[in-house]
Amino acid sequence: MNELLSLSAYHLHTKLLAGEVSAAEVTEAMLGRIQATDTELGAYNTVMADAALAKAQNVDARRANGGPLGPLAGVPVAIKDNMCTNGIRTTCSSRILEHFVPPYDATVVERLDRADAIPVGKTNLDEFAMGSTTENSGFRPTKNPWDLSRTPGGSSGGSAAAVAACEATVALGSDTGGSIRQPAGFCGVVGLKPTYGRVSRYGLVAFASSLDQIGTFSRDVRDTAILLGVIAGHDPRDATSADDPVPDYLAELDRGAKGIKIGIPREYFGEGIEPSVEKAVQDAADVYRELGAEILDVSLPHTEYAIATYYIVATAEASSNLARYDGVHYGHRTGDDVDIIDMYSRSRAEGFGAEVKRRIMLGTFALSSGYYDAYYLKALKARALIKQDFDQAW
Amino acid sequence: MASIDRATVEHVAKLSRLALTEDELALFETQLSNILDYFDKLKALDTTDVPPLSHPLGLRNVFREDAVKPSASREEALSNAPARTDEAYKVPVVVDQS
Repeated sequence: MNELLSLSAYHLHTKLLAGEVSAAEVTEAMLGRIQATDTELGAYNTVMADAALAKAQNVDARRANGGPLGPLAGVPVAIKDNMCTNGIRTTCSSRILEHFVPPYDATVVERLDRADAIPVGKTNLDEFAMGSTTENSGFRPTKNPWDLSRTPGGSSGGSAAAVAACEATVALGSDTGGSIRQPAGFCGVVGLKPTYGRVSRYGLVAFASSLDQIGTFSRDVRDTAILLGVIAGHDPRDATSADDPVPDYLAELDRGAKGIKIGIPREYFGEGIEPSVEKAVQDAADVYRELGAEILDVSLPHTEYAIATYYIVATAEASSNLARYDGVHYGHRTGDDVDIIDMYSRSRAEGFGAEVKRRIMLGTFALSSGYYDAYYLKALKARALIKQDFDQAW
Repeated sequence: MASIDRATVEHVAKLSRLALTEDELALFETQLSNILDYFDKLKALDTTDVPPLSHPLGLRNVFREDAVKPSASREEALSNAPARTDEAYKVPVVVDQS
């Protein structure tokens, strides 16, 4: 394997600035790697070879002229296929959006471009980010690069696998109920789900709007700091994005762990935990303790209600968000000659996979007359109690 | 037990605008019942006087100047339409013409 492929974003960028490597060279190596390995791995839905090479030439030309370059200049980045890319199809790994070509870029995609990153492709996911194995893709499953008989986790399994297999240097994913954190764990890479509101959701295809958040994958914590610095910050086009200043994450990196308090919620070590997982978490806590962090035993007493609460809130919001796939504005439309209601119902039944249908049904039920109070409203109240747990622990 | 009967599944499918097959209806009847049984866990939780939380952030309303800004052109807006005329989305007839 070409040694450029396994370099961190930070080192690639440094080499580029020093004139030791060109963006075109890095991009061609990465596209070659994808071509050689992705038929088997299945991390990408769409490879953006033309866009990547054009951007690389643009970066090299500006470097030759001594022009200013962004912090990700020359760094190949993969983008989960639920973030809109102008002129490049964005499928959410769903048959219903198989041919959808957005006429605009998501804010994060714009920011990557402004930082001079090289967009190499759109990565596979569980359809509409609903799942945790990337087997629920409407196209093909992604495999775990460490063991092709296993899953990479999900729903951002394509991004996690691409970074782990050096088919991208860094990647973007999205997380609604673990969809960055869990595949990062499965693939042995650094995954970060930022605080809700930290990163603009404009142009992210909505699943559950009060939970969805875009975050990062890398093989190196420094790269995570660089990438988060690029995508974080207020965006007037997303009213839920937090209007808070973005810290200099890179400068904070070398500050060490002294003065940091890390809470270990005792409820997370309950029934069903894998002993090796428990040991790995405790070992990590020991490392932080040695580095000077304070490890605290905390309690989040409503943890046992979290999954039921999440499932009701997320499916209710999804049933509303996915109502937009109606066969009129974009997406799949049935070929049957029928009236408008049947056109909606058949287009949706033909376009959505089983898991998406199941969640739309569940969410519609939880919001429907007669069941709203018992399910949706009850879940919102449980959610308030769960949040209270965190407020108290803090 | 919060089990859900066939009629309710059919009603929810209609509300969801999903033309499900007989097999799917039968499958969802069982699966949704199982999931709802799990949701019953929440009934044990005392939520008297707890205000519902629909959003994690205490959001304020956001205002902006009512100024004209560039937006998608008609051609861009129609570019993904499965059926269209030169200037509009095309749908099956919705008005009874008899």
